[in-house]
Amino acid sequence: MFSDLIIIAIILAAASGLPGLCLPRRTVWGQRIAAAMMSSSSILGLVGASLVLGVGQSRVLSFPWPAMGNSIIGIDGLSAFFLVPIFFMGGLGSIYGIGYWPQLRHPRTGRKLQLFWGLLTAGMMLLVISKHAIAFLLGWEVMALSAFFLVATEDHKAQCRQASWIYIIATHIGTLTLFALFVLWRWATGSYDLKPVAGDVIGIGVLNVLFFLSLIAFGLKAGVMPFHFWLPGAHASAPSHVSAMLSGIVLKMGIYGLVRFLSLLPDPPSMWGGLILLLGAISGLLGVVFAIGQHDLKRLLAYHSVENIGIILMGLGLAMLGRSAGQPEWIVLGMAGCLLHTWNHSIFKSLLFLSAGSGVHSVRTRHIDSLGGLAKTMPWTAAMFVIGAVAICGLPPLNGFVSELFVYLGLLGTMKSDGVMGSAVVIVVPVLAMIGALAVACFVKVFGAVFLGTPRTLAATCAHESPMTMRVPMIVLAASCAIIGLAPVLLIPILDNVIAGWMIEPNSSIMSIGSVAPLKMISFIWAALIIVVLLLAAVVKLRNRVVSRVGTWDCGYAYSTSRIQYTASSFAQIIVTMFRWVLRPRMHLPHIEGLFPKPAQMSSHVDDLILDRTITPASDKFAKWFGWFHRFQQGITQQYVLYILITVILMMSTMIPFREFIARLFAR
Amino acid sequence: MTNLLNTILVTILVMNLFALGTSRILAVTRVVAAQGVLLGFIPLLVHKSLVMPVLLMAAAAISIKAILIPSIIVRALRDAQIKHEVKPLIGFLPSIILGAIATAFALLFAGQLPLAGNHYDTLLVPTAIATVLVGFIQLVTRYKAISQVIGYLILENGIFIFSMLLVEAMPLIVEMGVMLDLFVGIFVTCIIINHINQAFSSMDTRELVSLKE
Repeated sequence: MFSDLIIIAIILAAASGLPGLCLPRRTVWGQRIAAAMMSSSSILGLVGASLVLGVGQSRVLSFPWPAMGNSIIGIDGLSAFFLVPIFFMGGLGSIYGIGYWPQLRHPRTGRKLQLFWGLLTAGMMLLVISKHAIAFLLGWEVMALSAFFLVATEDHKAQCRQASWIYIIATHIGTLTLFALFVLWRWATGSYDLKPVAGDVIGIGVLNVLFFLSLIAFGLKAGVMPFHFWLPGAHASAPSHVSAMLSGIVLKMGIYGLVRFLSLLPDPPSMWGGLILLLGAISGLLGVVFAIGQHDLKRLLAYHSVENIGIILMGLGLAMLGRSAGQPEWIVLGMAGCLLHTWNHSIFKSLLFLSAGSGVHSVRTRHIDSLGGLAKTMPWTAAMFVIGAVAICGLPPLNGFVSELFVYLGLLGTMKSDGVMGSAVVIVVPVLAMIGALAVACFVKVFGAVFLGTPRTLAATCAHESPMTMRVPMIVLAASCAIIGLAPVLLIPILDNVIAGWMIEPNSSIMSIGSVAPLKMISFIWAALIIVVLLLAAVVKLRNRVVSRVGTWDCGYAYSTSRIQYTASSFAQIIVTMFRWVLRPRMHLPHIEGLFPKPAQMSSHVDDLILDRTITPASDKFAKWFGWFHRFQQGITQQYVLYILITVILMMSTMIPFREFIARLFAR
Repeated sequence: MTNLLNTILVTILVMNLFALGTSRILAVTRVVAAQGVLLGFIPLLVHKSLVMPVLLMAAAAISIKAILIPSIIVRALRDAQIKHEVKPLIGFLPSIILGAIATAFALLFAGQLPLAGNHYDTLLVPTAIATVLVGFIQLVTRYKAISQVIGYLILENGIFIFSMLLVEAMPLIVEMGVMLDLFVGIFVTCIIINHINQAFSSMDTRELVSLKE
């Protein structure tokens, strides 16, 4: 029953762009049909997935595929858990697209976007439910290639093309690593089936190689810190609902792959969990630090994805350490943090990208210092953005707080155990706290510069609220943030079900997440808090105080201009300076001379640690070393044909016995 | 019969050299069209009995290679208003010498091949190889897109001659498929030539390098 629903949903999603392809360019119906198909797909899929999560069933369907063996797909708790955000965002994003990327205004790219949107969601659904390495790879590649075409939607812009090339190179490095991983898996276990293996089947050396390959392959997709280099450019260049999908869902497929694959490997050494925890801490801290240095709204949000992936990995690392040390409490809290933060991040990051996209849609710039004062012209968008910002900073009473609380509780709980491992793990707690504080600083900067104050440019003055099709998906996402934040009790059975399915050690005692985290109390406290706030608001309202309206940042001056206010860059200056050892901000200062200098301008930017400061210089070096090879490759067809001719003649010449000819010639 | 066949093949070889040696594109096109007519006769001579497929192949070769494609090329020439190959990579006389060397090489090479008995006394294999090589030379040394089309056509003529060896073994459909490919390829190229001409106001294929990113 539920598996039929999910399969129908996948087929609907994959086919959603096709009617639009057959219709003419200048009609709205293709897009409407696609959105309708995506929405019905997501409703069917959500019903199917919630049946799995609620009832706790799981099922394996086998299809005959003689070349690969059978047993291709199967749906269990973990699959269903990751299916939920895909279905959720697939439907909402396509509705948002009607307002954000209308077919009539983008006749050239609209149909392409709808087609690959459907294929992307279908690819991810296939990947999540596949129980067989080859089917997994199939879904993985469909996802990776559709995402490439989505990033390259505006392929007439050079920046966009460059970002999509970097993305496809990165994703294919990941795919190649996956090939190696699955080939090794097949060699070690004897089949391509993704089933847990017993402890003594695989030696520890092979296990370590499998672990590192999966960490690289899935880490590239998830955007873990050294492998995140494709992420900021791709997220910034794509249309906003695609950025939301990429950041909210596609990155999570990397997390899914890692979580799934780690559940198959037996007896993890404590080194694995430690490494994941360390990578998580690095990604989290550097992600948020780099986010603060950005001037581009969507690049900034993209770096926040790196940060949140870091938090998710911290949870996973803790759970892996728990498996090594045999501590069920660590596993339950770590996994609950990892899984719930996956959901939460997909919700609030999508919300942030959609509301940022709403602003970008209206003002047509992503540059934070060109925006400003949008809260007055776009109140809905501003409200939605603030909800997303509070959630992503992990502030109560929204959903980000709950999942970060799990990770905090788990990390602090390690102190109770004696031994070196526990005290080592506790060091991560201040890092997590620092991440939270920096995230708050970053979003104060963004919200203050973009939505508060006065407009900095004419375009920002002319901003207007977005249409209903864009507001409704944001409201739904914001409501989900609030529901998870206010009533985390609802999630106890779901999380228990998934975590129980994830643990493969048979002797580990299963605990409920409800027994280790005070979820009921959270709900009570927030309910009380909301009542108090509402009462206070009512009191303020009753007093009916006169609100005086003055210009923002006028500081007592009679005529304030938009140039008086703080810019985002100057707000972030202190923190950027604090972290200049890693950020290395580059300033382009003007040369000023004379008593009456000419108008001058300055700019600053923060280059990416890996892409701009490691990969690009290294590849420039390579290009220099192999510069001489350009002589042979100049793009002239004649030259290439000549190479073929030379090869043919050389190969033919090997058959001619020249020595005999010469001998005969001289004999005469 | 063999004598007549060899006469035709030698004529084709001479035509190859002529195609390499002249600068007027219209003349080259005519020579290649004449080559097409001769090619059409080869299947009739190679076969012992005149059956339907052979007649069909001859008719198709003549109509496509001698009439249809040359008329497309002539049309493209007229639209793009070009008459001469202006600056070939190698001069016309050196091209002829290269073509002659290629022909000699082909004869030398074909002598070394372990051929079936009844193919020894005809010039089918060396002509085929020489024609392919001449097509290659034409492709490499000319810069005008239309000359390249002609080089491609000569190359295909060589392949056609070679396929005469297998005429009993190879089904008609394969030959027809090759012919169709050729036709479509040249049709498309001639359309592209027009577009190149409009976009770059020149027919030089070296300009296409500027399309690179």
